Amino acid sequence: MGILHRTGRLAALATTGLATTALTLGLATAAGAAETPRRGGTLTFAVTAEPPNYDCHANTSFAFIHPVAPHYSLLLKFDPANYPKITGDLAESWTVSDDGLTFTFKLHPNVKFHDGSALTARDVKASYERIINPPKGVVSARQATFDAVASVETPDPQTVVFKLKGADASFLANLASPWNCVYSADKLAADPKFPEKNVMGSGPFKFGEHVSGSHWTGQRFDGYFRQGEPYLDGFRAVFMSSSAVTNALQGGQVQAEFRGLAPADRDRVKNGAGDKVQVHEAPWLASLILVFNAKKKPFDDPRVRRALSLAIDRWQASTALAKISILGPVGGILRPGYELAASEAELTKMPGFGKDIKAARDEAMLLLREAGVTGLTVNLTNRNVNMPYTIGGVYVIDQLRQIGVTVKHEQLETKLWQSAMSSGNYDMAIDFTGDFMDDPSLNLTKYLSTEISPVNYSGQADPLLDKLYAQQRGETDKAKRAQLVREFERRAMEQAYVVPILWWNRSVVLSTDVKGWEMTPSHYLNQDLADVWLAK
Amino acid sequence: MTTVTGPIPYRIPKRRGPVLTFIVQQPLGAIGLVAIVAMVLASVFAEVVAPYDPLEVNYAAILAAPSADYWFGTDAFGRDILSRVIYGARTALAVGVLSSLIGCVLGTLLGTASAYFGSTTDLVIQRFVDIMLAFPIVVLALVVVAALGKNVIGGIDVNLIIAISIPIVPKVARVARSAALSVRQMPYIDAARAAGFSHSRIVMRHMIPNIMAPVLILFTAFIAQAILLEASLSFLGLGVTEPTAAWGLMLSGNSADFYEQAPWVIIFPGLAISFAVFAFNLFGDSLRDWLDPKLKI
Amino acid sequence: MLSYIAHRLGMIVPTLIGVAVLCFFMLRIMPGDIVELKLRGDGVAVTEEVIQQERARLGLDKPLASQFVDWMTGLATLDLGRSLWTDKPVVEEIGTRVWVSLQVAFMATIIAVLIAIPLGTLSALYKDTWIDYVVRVVAIAGLAVPSFWLGMLVIMGLLLLFRWLPPIETVSFFHDPIRNLSILIWPALAVGYRYAAVATRMMRSSLLEVLKEDYIRTARAKGLYERLIVVRHGLRNALLPVITVIGVEFAFLIGGLVVTEQVFNINGIGKLFVQAVGRGDFTMVQGLVMLVAVIFILVNLAVDLLYGVLDPRIRSKA
Repeated sequence: MGILHRTGRLAALATTGLATTALTLGLATAAGAAETPRRGGTLTFAVTAEPPNYDCHANTSFAFIHPVAPHYSLLLKFDPANYPKITGDLAESWTVSDDGLTFTFKLHPNVKFHDGSALTARDVKASYERIINPPKGVVSARQATFDAVASVETPDPQTVVFKLKGADASFLANLASPWNCVYSADKLAADPKFPEKNVMGSGPFKFGEHVSGSHWTGQRFDGYFRQGEPYLDGFRAVFMSSSAVTNALQGGQVQAEFRGLAPADRDRVKNGAGDKVQVHEAPWLASLILVFNAKKKPFDDPRVRRALSLAIDRWQASTALAKISILGPVGGILRPGYELAASEAELTKMPGFGKDIKAARDEAMLLLREAGVTGLTVNLTNRNVNMPYTIGGVYVIDQLRQIGVTVKHEQLETKLWQSAMSSGNYDMAIDFTGDFMDDPSLNLTKYLSTEISPVNYSGQADPLLDKLYAQQRGETDKAKRAQLVREFERRAMEQAYVVPILWWNRSVVLSTDVKGWEMTPSHYLNQDLADVWLAK
Repeated sequence: MTTVTGPIPYRIPKRRGPVLTFIVQQPLGAIGLVAIVAMVLASVFAEVVAPYDPLEVNYAAILAAPSADYWFGTDAFGRDILSRVIYGARTALAVGVLSSLIGCVLGTLLGTASAYFGSTTDLVIQRFVDIMLAFPIVVLALVVVAALGKNVIGGIDVNLIIAISIPIVPKVARVARSAALSVRQMPYIDAARAAGFSHSRIVMRHMIPNIMAPVLILFTAFIAQAILLEASLSFLGLGVTEPTAAWGLMLSGNSADFYEQAPWVIIFPGLAISFAVFAFNLFGDSLRDWLDPKLKI
Repeated sequence: MLSYIAHRLGMIVPTLIGVAVLCFFMLRIMPGDIVELKLRGDGVAVTEEVIQQERARLGLDKPLASQFVDWMTGLATLDLGRSLWTDKPVVEEIGTRVWVSLQVAFMATIIAVLIAIPLGTLSALYKDTWIDYVVRVVAIAGLAVPSFWLGMLVIMGLLLLFRWLPPIETVSFFHDPIRNLSILIWPALAVGYRYAAVATRMMRSSLLEVLKEDYIRTARAKGLYERLIVVRHGLRNALLPVITVIGVEFAFLIGGLVVTEQVFNINGIGKLFVQAVGRGDFTMVQGLVMLVAVIFILVNLAVDLLYGVLDPRIRSKA
């Protein structure tokens, strides 16, 4: 259907959470190791949107990652079979100084760009400087994540040294971001905007062609620095509307769609294609959240916000909605299952996550009475996208009705929803989070004061939360960091500017011929296709 | 323009109401009229007629096949498709009738004014009409609906109605102008002018009533087109939005995923659109034959 | 005739300027911001500064008047600017897609003519028989069925009956005609049905007019075969209104394509248009509207000229 389905049609999993995931991932790894990869063949996969330009540093959509990631190398990457372990990509090894302020990376020797030139420390430095200090006219979407960097140095052609101004617990993980493609320093020196219109990296695949609106191809790069890889001769990303994907998968016209399918679509393909497809499922690093406009009455009163959050029975939602949508796991501000996330015991003590819904609703009504709010009627601004927004919205409305709050559902086309959000022209709204990795510094951006983090559309101004955020970012001790995050979470749930509704499930359907691909909680990761091969 | 009664002696001229005359002379049109009346009644009394609340989500009956409980089956939310089709008639008729009405009123005023004032006014209006006609209907409506955004008043998106009515304006203006041009030649217009009546009085009281026949025909014809247009826009996600029941919307989204699993999700809303447009076309055609057979729309 | 053509061509320019002006201002009141959608649409915490930079880069921070001057001067040199979304020239983006849409439109026209002329003739010759009734019902239904729904039914039918779906990616006709046709024939049928219906009705009624003429009435007495011969003489006159209606309905065809391309996942200008509107890509929408207006005006001009060639009375009038 409609337009702009980027976050629209995602995937789902009917069964619950973590145990299953671990199992799925474990099995996939074992199976992958048992077979010897076969060389050759072209992988054809569907992408349900299209990248606007070719610059990694400026883009934010999965529609960019899926066709472009195979062309580039990163400094570090997430080990797909052992997520969230970080492993080297261009970096062969690295060391961190005791004070946590100096990171030294040794690069693989003999890395070549697709044009034959050598990739050295200079190129890494130039690429990161472009991200950290973009020249005029260059967009760097994730500039803010590197604001702790004091300098990038290259003592010799194989060594890159990052020096930080202060400790940053998220720094190493950010270097494994799939967005930080390493470009050629020479090309950047000639034209800083070179990567916008050209694809020239050192990844496993050379750029073939991009036909607007139709497809994107890549060919095996014979000079790839990992011996024997990639296994594929090439890949072909076909752009199609999400409603065409199920048909294409079922008919064998594409062998994969890496973002994820809704449960109904997954089942349809499974029923139609039988043992010709394999299904991978995992909890998704994405959540549906409810945002209150804290600048508007009555949501300027924390009691009202908390009352509305209390009314939502997330545990019941988890079982009911998982059957029909990609919504599923109950979680706080971090993905359930992530090591820094609240345990179920911790979570159930926070407002809105208790298992006694009756008690919670009584408390909610009491809070509303205290706040002097009765017979509340509000608008819920939502995106005009079925999965999972409409489904989540319909559920929230039903839940709030049970404490006597009347909600009108106002669904807007994505563009209009976006402008309603940033202009603060709404009462309460459904929003989402979606990141490439589990990391509090990244995942909490929707819960910080609007001043610091413009993607929190609630208009929230809470110095305490901002302070806790800064502290956890600088805390390199994991246990202490977890404590700070927990404190942040408790405060955020009590103040309830923005509250989680449910987390998502991801299910990816591939042809059984596709081997060596690993499922991760993020659809942004593990798409360089270097390890992927075709059984026939 | 009224009943034709010949001078043949053995036929006694009967005084029949225009509706009855129409039914007798245009049986096909009468069928269309009956269908339209049925639709109007169903949508006005939707609360009584529809077996379920069209918004009622039932997670226990998702994509249920047509049965005694759900005559048309249910959709991906477990909502009753029959009820949504009935309530959808309300949306379709409201948008269809209102946009056609607005388009025809504005078009008639523009066309008549153009004919009455002539010279520069005529030239300017005609240029404007030409420009508007250079946009294909769907393209114009899409651009306007995107430009205006949403403005829901009383459950109806007023901007959607405006967007659909705008492409109708130039088409009506063109027909109204040529009809008004011939009226303008009539002596009574000169008389009215001589009597010193104001321009607006002459246009409103003497010209417009005399070109009502073609405008009425256009009004009916454009209801059908407006219904189609609303369905197309809603299908594209730019018209009516969830959870409102609207036919085009029912076909959009992931309904295309259910070709095999639940074809009723696609079949019934489409049939409803076709049925409504068919009825208005049938009625409109007959109305034209009856009122003004030479009119080309 | 020449002066007539010159006059008509002269009228086109002011009309197109009007379209350009109207389109520009209509789009500028469009709510929503493409830059924000592009950078923040995926939930990434992009700073306000970056947003402003990108806006400046795209020239969206310039005053409206200056943007308008850019647009109009660009038009004069046939430069439609760059897409705000992909940053590629609008002409290039349209260029890769327009041929598919034109091919579907062309095929739909052929289908319409191939169906309309024999069916309309048959219907007129056998007026008020069951043949006539069937043709008329099929034609009226054609006006009522939305083409996008018909498209969905076609796909559903292919899937359920033949377990087959057209290939996903469109290829050029000259590269692989069979594959090309196996994809594009379906949308052509879906949008062509309405087109055929309109033309059939027109064919029937104009032929009935012709049949009323005296010389045909005379021939009627001589039996069907002779009647057919005579009809063939009258056919030329009967075709005139059919040609007109095909021209007038071309606008509908384009409208139908806008919606139907979505259903069949055709990478044509209809899909591009809907995408551009959804994103608020002003320059792209402007470019497409101009293109469609030009095509539309030219088709109507061609129809008028053809009319002039076929009917000498028009020539003298001009």
